[in-house]
Amino acid sequence: MNIKSQKDFFSGLMFMAVGIAFAWGASTYTIGNGARMGPGYFPLMLGILLAVLGGAITFKSLVVETMDGDKIGSFAWKPLTFIILANLVFGAALGGLPSIGLPPLGLIVGIYLLTFIASNAGDEFNFKEITILSTILAVMSYVAFIWLLKLQFPVWPTFIKG
Amino acid sequence: MDLISNLSLGFGVAFTAQNLIYAFVGCLLGTLIGVLPGIGPLATIAMLLPATYALPPVAALIMLAGIYYGAQYGGSTTAILVNLPGESSSVVTVIDGYQMARNGRAGPALAAAGLGSFFAGCVGTLILAAFAAPLTELAFKFGPAEYFSLMILGLIGAVVLASGSLLKAVAMIVLGLLMGMVGTDVNSGVARFSFDIPELTDGIGFIVIAMGVFGYGEIISNLAKHESEREVFVANVTGLFPTKEDFKNMVPAVLRGTAMGSILGILPGGGAVMAAFAAYTIEKKTKLRPGEVPFGKGNIRGVAAPEAANNAGSQTSFIPLLTLGIPPNAVMALMVGAMTIHNIQPGPQVMTSNPELFWGLIASMWIGNLMLVILNLPLIGIWIKLLTVPYRWLFPSIVLFCAIGVYSTNNNTFDIWMVGLFGIIGYMFIKLGAEPAPLLLGFILGPMMEEYLRRALLLSRGDWSVFVTRPLSAGLLAAAALLLVIVLMPSVKSKREEAFVED
Repeated sequence: MNIKSQKDFFSGLMFMAVGIAFAWGASTYTIGNGARMGPGYFPLMLGILLAVLGGAITFKSLVVETMDGDKIGSFAWKPLTFIILANLVFGAALGGLPSIGLPPLGLIVGIYLLTFIASNAGDEFNFKEITILSTILAVMSYVAFIWLLKLQFPVWPTFIKG
Repeated sequence: MDLISNLSLGFGVAFTAQNLIYAFVGCLLGTLIGVLPGIGPLATIAMLLPATYALPPVAALIMLAGIYYGAQYGGSTTAILVNLPGESSSVVTVIDGYQMARNGRAGPALAAAGLGSFFAGCVGTLILAAFAAPLTELAFKFGPAEYFSLMILGLIGAVVLASGSLLKAVAMIVLGLLMGMVGTDVNSGVARFSFDIPELTDGIGFIVIAMGVFGYGEIISNLAKHESEREVFVANVTGLFPTKEDFKNMVPAVLRGTAMGSILGILPGGGAVMAAFAAYTIEKKTKLRPGEVPFGKGNIRGVAAPEAANNAGSQTSFIPLLTLGIPPNAVMALMVGAMTIHNIQPGPQVMTSNPELFWGLIASMWIGNLMLVILNLPLIGIWIKLLTVPYRWLFPSIVLFCAIGVYSTNNNTFDIWMVGLFGIIGYMFIKLGAEPAPLLLGFILGPMMEEYLRRALLLSRGDWSVFVTRPLSAGLLAAAALLLVIVLMPSVKSKREEAFVED
């Protein structure tokens, strides 16, 4: 049997898996009945519905012909990795990572880290340009978020502040 | 006249210095993000939500609304000058708008889009003001069964108007509903699907989902395209004003577009994008006058009608939100979040409990539309300059603002981990061709639906027939069924696919 639409085939599988997982999870809570619904009632219904829909999508992807096979295409690993990594490093810089003994580095350091890491996701990486960009962003964020909006952020590394 | 006194109350609120400034900031930001391809109103509103904490609720909502309809204006500029839709609702404007720019008629095209949008915005605001009161009356007749059926209708509407596969859109909604279940169940206090993570007992933040899926997901898929596909070509703009002949063609097109947009905006699931598609299709069906440029070659009607429609649609889509408390599309779902942050429960009671907010918001939309015409026509040069900002500077900034925005909602790094996760999920959705907007709508409606379903069945002692025996509820469900039948009809089905192929 051939997969006629790759996108549909895999999204169908995903919906099925998620639906089953939710339904299974819901069945561990009290289900109750229509008049007195427990916390598991509605999610169980939805989980089963999602699994059925996923099944239908997968089935359709095996039967209905498409023009070009609806290929998923290659994953853009580079942007994916660097964008998500930049985001995670920024979080670690703001909050610190007690598990590895990293103290909070604050917003400004975080901005430089984020900009430099995220810029790797693009096609070109120009050190000077990114230094300027991250400095502009750091100043702008300081003015907008700390001065004007007075949001509560750790701005500087804790070990400098003392 | 109630309408007049209400509107004057609204203008009184909107004309204070503070609110005028926020309306202006909103319109400015909206135009900015509308002009920049690759970032939409959804991500921007999500980013700025935390920034509105400190504002009074009226000012906050005025600003957020300004972003939404401002983006519809800005999107058209990019569509006409760069052959890229700055905004999804400008997808059809690209077809004739860019051709006009290539023929050296970028000016009239921009003017047609701007003036058409302004007219449509005015009409949309009036309709919003006129329909709000009677619809609110109706809303008070709604019991839990009616609300549940209305949400079904809204979700079906969202599916019907979403692009791509129907089945997948339904599945995305259900997935969204399920994600809405995460967190503490209000009735029993059971923490559902929280895996014993304390942060998850409050549920997943919708800002986290919106930013991850719409912010990061989009950036990643944009970066995956080659440089050439994102290349920006800027045409010269000379002679802004349309000729007399242009006006003759434009006026009826704007009128039709406005009517179409107003109707589709009110419908649940409707809004700016569908309105623009429908309006363009109608224009294409009408006969060409002798000597008129054919469609697809730079016909001014192909710019004026969809632009009028998307603006009218974005105004009238506030109607279901403000009167029934039900968001008709994903941006409105974010507005629900904004209102809840400011302790306003969206729904029919807003009009009576916060009249200054309700009418002030409506009045500010009209003022905002006027500001947008000024922002967009005489100042067009600035926006054109902006288009030359390379994407490699833009995307790190967007990533940064998303991360800051997410962190500042709860001052919690857990949300940053979550947004990273949803960024990956969002990219996966794009790869799998599953449109994420219905997911967000489902996510917002999930807890509400469960609550209304529970109440309705509690009142009927578990009898499901309550949904069809109460006339209002039955009517809503019948409408939902009708919508489904219509899309599934073979002739409509092929048309629908045709309409979305162009994007």
